[in-house]
This record gives sequence, C-alpha cells and structure tokens, in this order.
Amino acid sequence: MKADIRVALVGNPNTGKSTLFNVLTGLNQKIGNFPGVTVDKKVGYTKLPDGRIAEIVDLPGTYSLYPKSQDESIVFSVLADRHNPLTPDLVIVILDASNLKRNLLLYSQVADLKIPVIIALNMMDLAKKSGIDIDIDLFAKTLGVIVVPIAARKQEGIEALKTAISYANKIALQEDSIDVKSIAPQLIESISKELNIDNPYFALQLAHQHETLKFLTAEQSARIEALEKEHSFHSQKAQGSETIARYSAINELLYDTVKVPDTAQDETLSNKIDKLLTHKVFGFIIFFAILMFMFQAIFSWAAYPMALIDTAFVWLQNTLHKTLPVGPLVNLLADGIVAGLSGVMVFIPQIAILFAFISILEDTGYMSRVTFMMDKLMRKVGLNGKSVVPLIGGFACAVPSIMSTRTIENWKDRMITIMVTPLVTCSARLPVYTLLIALVVPNKNIWWVFNLQGLALAGMYVFSLVSAVIVAWVFKLILKSRERGYFIMELPVYRMPRWSNVAYSMYERSKSFVVQAGKVIIAVSIILWVMASYGPGDRFEKIDAKYKQPQYSHNINTDQLSRDIATEKLENSYAGQLGHFIEPAIRPLGFDWKIGIALITSFAAREVFVGTMATIYSVNGSADNIQSVQEKMHQAKNTQTGQPVFTFAVAFSLMMFYAFAMQCASTVAVVYRETKSWHWPAIQFAYMTVLAYVVSFVVYQLLK
Amino acid sequence: MRLSQLEVGEKGIVKEFTDLEMSVKLMEMGCLPGEEIRVDRIAPMGDPIAINVSGYQLSLRKREASTIILQ
Repeated sequence: MKADIRVALVGNPNTGKSTLFNVLTGLNQKIGNFPGVTVDKKVGYTKLPDGRIAEIVDLPGTYSLYPKSQDESIVFSVLADRHNPLTPDLVIVILDASNLKRNLLLYSQVADLKIPVIIALNMMDLAKKSGIDIDIDLFAKTLGVIVVPIAARKQEGIEALKTAISYANKIALQEDSIDVKSIAPQLIESISKELNIDNPYFALQLAHQHETLKFLTAEQSARIEALEKEHSFHSQKAQGSETIARYSAINELLYDTVKVPDTAQDETLSNKIDKLLTHKVFGFIIFFAILMFMFQAIFSWAAYPMALIDTAFVWLQNTLHKTLPVGPLVNLLADGIVAGLSGVMVFIPQIAILFAFISILEDTGYMSRVTFMMDKLMRKVGLNGKSVVPLIGGFACAVPSIMSTRTIENWKDRMITIMVTPLVTCSARLPVYTLLIALVVPNKNIWWVFNLQGLALAGMYVFSLVSAVIVAWVFKLILKSRERGYFIMELPVYRMPRWSNVAYSMYERSKSFVVQAGKVIIAVSIILWVMASYGPGDRFEKIDAKYKQPQYSHNINTDQLSRDIATEKLENSYAGQLGHFIEPAIRPLGFDWKIGIALITSFAAREVFVGTMATIYSVNGSADNIQSVQEKMHQAKNTQTGQPVFTFAVAFSLMMFYAFAMQCASTVAVVYRETKSWHWPAIQFAYMTVLAYVVSFVVYQLLK
Repeated sequence: MRLSQLEVGEKGIVKEFTDLEMSVKLMEMGCLPGEEIRVDRIAPMGDPIAINVSGYQLSLRKREASTIILQ
C-alpha cells in the first residue's frame, strides 16, 4: 500500500500505545523487522478524513531516548536519521493522562528533535475518574502542539486524532522544552559544524550515542569521540543534568495546567490486589495455581481441535493418494510434505492457547508482579526476575521466548536466560513424551487420583525446570559480567485484558510459528523422504528381484510381502545406512539404528520424531496416527535377542535425550540472530548434546 | 537515611545519590532530588521493593535503593 504520510507512534510502555495502534490500523498491519536488527517493526495503515492514507509505524515503548535495551535503541535511530527510509513525517507521542509527569520526559526529548509532533493524551477516562483535571487548552498552548484527548480502549477521540494527523504541519512548531545548548555549549557547536547539523539536541544525542548508531560512518564516530575528549564531555553527568532540567520544566508545566486531588493516601484498587497477589504465601500459591491451570488448559482445551487437524490431514493424504496418479512425486507430496506439515499444524491449538494466556498475564500487569516476586530467587541462580517470562514461554516454544529476552537489560542475565530456555519442555517435546510414556508407563491410578502416565509427564516438566535452574547456576559461575545488573521496572496498575489484543497475539504467534517451523519441517520431510526412499548402488533393485522369486511371492500374502520389502529397503536406504553408521555410538544409550535415524532427523525439529518413527516402522495407512505408531513400536522386537525394543529403560533414556538435546534448527537460528554470533548457538548446541548423551547413558545403564 | 532503610508505608524525600550511573537511570524514571517516595511493598523474599514515586509504582532492588539518600 502506498501511503501519503508516515506517522510514528512513540510512548512509554503501558500507555496503551499498541491499543491505539490496533484501533488506528485494525487488521491492516504487518510485522517485520527494522533493517539490520531483529526488533519487531509493526506497520499499519489508516484512512484519514480527507481521503489520504497514513502509514503508522509502532515504535517500541521506551521511557527516554537514551536506550537501555536493543528495542529502545531503535526509537532514536528511526526518529533522528534523516536518511532512514522509515523516518516519519509526523510523530504522535502518546501520553498516559493519569501519569503525566514521567510520560512528559520522553515527549520533551522528542519535541527537541524538531520533528513535527502531536500529542495523544490517552486514558482520559481514567484520569477523570481519579479526579485529575487537565487544562488541555493551556497545556497545548504552553507546549505549542496539538493535543488530542483520547481513550484508546473505548475508541474515543480516534476520529479527532485522525483529523489532527491530516492537518499536521510539515514543519515543527513546538516550543523548546529546555535550553539544550547550555548542557554542553562548545561540544554541541563543534559537532553541529562538523556534521552539518542544525538541531542542537540531535548533536547532543550523537555525542551520547555515536558508538551504537548505524547511520554514522566510522570516521564521523571517531571525530565525535575526539571532540568529546577535547571538550571533556562526561556522558552520564550531561545526561543527569539534562534529565533534571527537563523535569523542572515539566513540573512548571504541570503546576499551571494539571490539578491532582489529594487522594494519594487512599488505598488504590491495584494496591489491594497486590496485597493478595504478591503475598508471602498466597502470592506463590496463586502463581503456581495459575501455571497449573494454564497447562491443564493447554492439554485439555487443545485436544479436540488437535484431533480435528490430525483427521483433516489424514484425509488430505488419503485423498492425494487416491486422486493423483501413482508415482514418486505424489509419494513425496503426500507422505513427505503433507505428513510433515501435519506434524506442525497440529501444534497450532496449543501454541495459540499458551500465547492467549501469556498475553493475558502481560496485559493485566500480573507478569510484572511475577517478575517482582521471583527476582531474588532467580538472581541466586544467575537469572533475573525478568527471566521468568521467557522460561514460562519456553513451555510453548523456545523461539518466541528467546526473542522476549530482549527486555532483560543486563547482558549476562540475558545470555544465561537464552542458554537455558531451550531446556524447558516445549510443546514439540510433548508428542514425543506422550508417545513414549504411553508405551512403557501403565495407564492406572495410584492413590485414586493420580494417573501414573500423567505423573510421569508432569515429572518431565518439573525435571526440565530443575535442570534449567542448575545449568543457569553453572553458567553464572563461568560467565564474566561486562556490566552491572540492575532492576528498575515499572509496576503498571492492574487492568482488564484487551480481548482484541489477546486474539491478535494468538493469531500472530501461531502464524509465525507455522511459517518458521513449517519451512524447516518441509525441508526435513523432503530430505528424509528421499533418504528413506532411495539407497546406494543397486541395492533396491536387488531387493525387488529377491522378493520376486517364487518362494516369496507364492508363500507370503501381498500385504505382508510389501511390508517386508519396505522394511528391507529402509534398512538399505541412505537413512538406514546412516542409522547403522551411528548405531555403535548410541548403543550404550539403548538405541538401535532405527531410533538413530529418528535422532538424526529430530536435530531439525523434535516433532519430526513421531513422523520418522511412523515412516520407519512402516505403518500402514496414516503416517501420523499415533495409536498405530504406538502399537508398532510396542510390538517391535530386537532381531537378535527377541526382546522388545522399547523397554522402560530405552523409553526413559530416549526421553532424557529429547529433554536435553538441542534438536531444533529454529532455536539455533534465533539464538544466532539474537546474539549476533555463532559462538553462542555453538556453545549451546555442544553443552546440550553432551548433557543429553551423558544423562541418557546414566539413565539407561541404571534402569536396564 | 537511605531509601533501602524505609519500612513499608514510610515516606521520604530524595536528597542525593551515591552512584552516578544508577542516578541517571533512577532520575529518568522520576526519582529526582526533591521528589517524595513512599515504600508500598517489599517482595515476599525481602527484595526487591516497590515504591510510589511521581504518581506511579516502581520496583527496584534493595541494592539500588541504597544508592538513594533521603533528606
């Protein structure tokens, strides 16, 4: 879509910025990346009253233009870089009317960059309710900007905001908020002259941020550095005096324009809720109960839609086989790609439900209370209160969880969180565990209530958290910290979740999961199918010739014969050869060459296991029918000893391997993207594989 | 008197900071000299604490709170 005007949304976190973005753009939005970094870029379009189209860019929430995290650093570079293709024509600064003082700091910084700006004064309804009286006309006149009062959740004032966008000036008319030049007079002048800059605040920001800004050349950055030395510029001191100057201007403005009632003493509703939710005892009980409820919901609510998706894919596979002519390409399509895809699609309900919960917990403000409660505990093992969110998210999928570690400002805390998040039992391990547990754990109750299989599964989940904590503690001892950790975080007031945001997050996360994992799985399915369907040299021809001999074709019925042929072909295929090749290495863990093939293919994605097992054990009919895979595996006998292949020891050894091994190409890719080096994914892959091998070995040797 | 020494419900007014790096971050979040701070809550395990400042609630660790000197 071609837009006539580009508008950037800027504001503090928890000001309703994304609600406003959703209200303005509807479903007419897309998420991409800012060039060169992996920060989500949300862009949408809205139609203005005069018929023009405005492109709305939602910038990450930040408290100031001085960034504390990667996400926040985007804001200044998009706003200030005149050559950036995303540089906006107009900035909407969204302010929380019930919390104006702190919100105005960011406004006053943006205003001094002299980009055309308008203010959206959000949560006017809440401000009025708590008796805050704002003289909007005087407020707007003092600042020299258009101020539009809105209530984004109730969709009030949105038309007025659109009108304001369409009438916005092309030049910045706002008043200076402070005397920027007085902070570092000579330095600002030299930088302005050197780089031909006409805005003093831009020059000052370059002095602070030149080391991390991508749009400066190395020479420019070195020149700024030299000028700073020449004028003995101290970044933190300058920033401190700037902040003090800004707040004193803000206090003056608020003194004239805003009347806050003396109700600060009375107990707010939020405080009452907090007394319970962060209570010494109840706080933890409630948190635990919420987690339990979440898992129950993920498993029970998702069961029906998952069965539906499964059935649909089996139908599709059968239909493809029936309607299309017989041939290798059809087999590839039906048994390779469609079967592989169904393995991904079937997780959509679980992922969607998990993200619905996570977005509700974040939206209501509860997640920051969990962070608050858990910080001390997490710090003991080298993590951070903010690591709780990615770790919980890890139960669904490590990929979005690792992306969510960006909110952790401290480098060491963030690296450790990234390192251990893939240990948490993700939804891709679930089908592997359920299959293996159903195979070896009896389906009966103990003490009337606890189902043994359910207990085993719950045990795997708890075990994964414990191992994540232990590994984190080890990393804490190894890693050297480059910076001091700190934990200064807003506790937003409790609010009702916005259901449209919840729905949107379910949709968005499921979509990106399917796209991300889908690519890998299709590729793996194709490779696996080719490797399992063809063999080196003329082995396949020989097998065909062998079974054409009369002693086979006459004495054995056709079904049995075709299965025998398929099994022998598999053993002689490339995949079979590979399995045999690694068998000596995995024998001590209790695995045979068939499991070996599944292990290799699972290094692309864990959920491939079930499909691979289905292919290898040559199941008739549907490749993803877990029941029949289970029966096949149950009946599988060791050819030499005649004993069952999947004993208790083998199944648990295998589960341990899946619990620890880094079998997920998407996670490796996302760790690379987030850490910007192959160093970290390599370390992670190595430590997890070694752990997997050692733990499986110990478990098998103890249990066998 | 440092902020970390206040009990729940007690108030104080910010005088100065003992740590430059921390002060820059705290001031951005509205903890400025002259500003009144009230301790709202202490986390179940004794750390971090939640304070009310500039009309909203902020949480910070005890170690960070100890860099804020009150009048």
